[in-house]
Amino acid sequence: MDETISIVLFSGTDDKLMSAATLAAGAAALGKPVKIFLQYWGLNAFRAAGIDTDHGLAPEAGEVGKAAVDAAARAGMATWMQTLRMAKELGEVDIQACSASMDIFKLKQSDLDPLVDGVEGVAAFYINAGEGQIVFI
Amino acid sequence: MDIKLKVDASGLSCPLPILRATQGMKTIAPGELMEVVATDPGSVKDMAAWAGSTGHTLVEQDSANGKFRFVLRHK
Repeated sequence: MDETISIVLFSGTDDKLMSAATLAAGAAALGKPVKIFLQYWGLNAFRAAGIDTDHGLAPEAGEVGKAAVDAAARAGMATWMQTLRMAKELGEVDIQACSASMDIFKLKQSDLDPLVDGVEGVAAFYINAGEGQIVFI
Repeated sequence: MDIKLKVDASGLSCPLPILRATQGMKTIAPGELMEVVATDPGSVKDMAAWAGSTGHTLVEQDSANGKFRFVLRHK
């Protein structure tokens, strides 16, 4: 089971970042190579200044959803960042920033958290994804 | 049964139990046994899937008082 799992991470709220981190970590634990391609708000969340701030939740969370997520965090549930770090330690997880999104936000790689391994375009993303599954979050 | 490593994943939610199991397996040798204890009910299906996919063997599994215990043999 070593087909690559490629995750396009477009969204930048903490719930969707956690969803992507969970999928990445699970695949890494199964021994699958994982590629994460950061676009728009997903990329924005990986700015070195502010990666550990509150990124909010998707609008459908509402008050009740937010209370549930906050309670889980208080109970010590790992954050998406911690989960991704662990996934990178345990397996083969490569995180690339979309070059077009870098352009939009006028970012350089040095502006990003060290979790990000590099910058690439969509052609490189597809070539690296190969025949493996692509997940969009 | 000679358990080489005990991993306590109690109180941790998915995907941490299988991450802890992956971490643990890296520290023991082929043929050695690792015990994982978790409280996440999802870990029952997850640990079996993880073992099946990574090639390690789930040699024993039981549950009591909301705890799930797995014994895995390193491939």
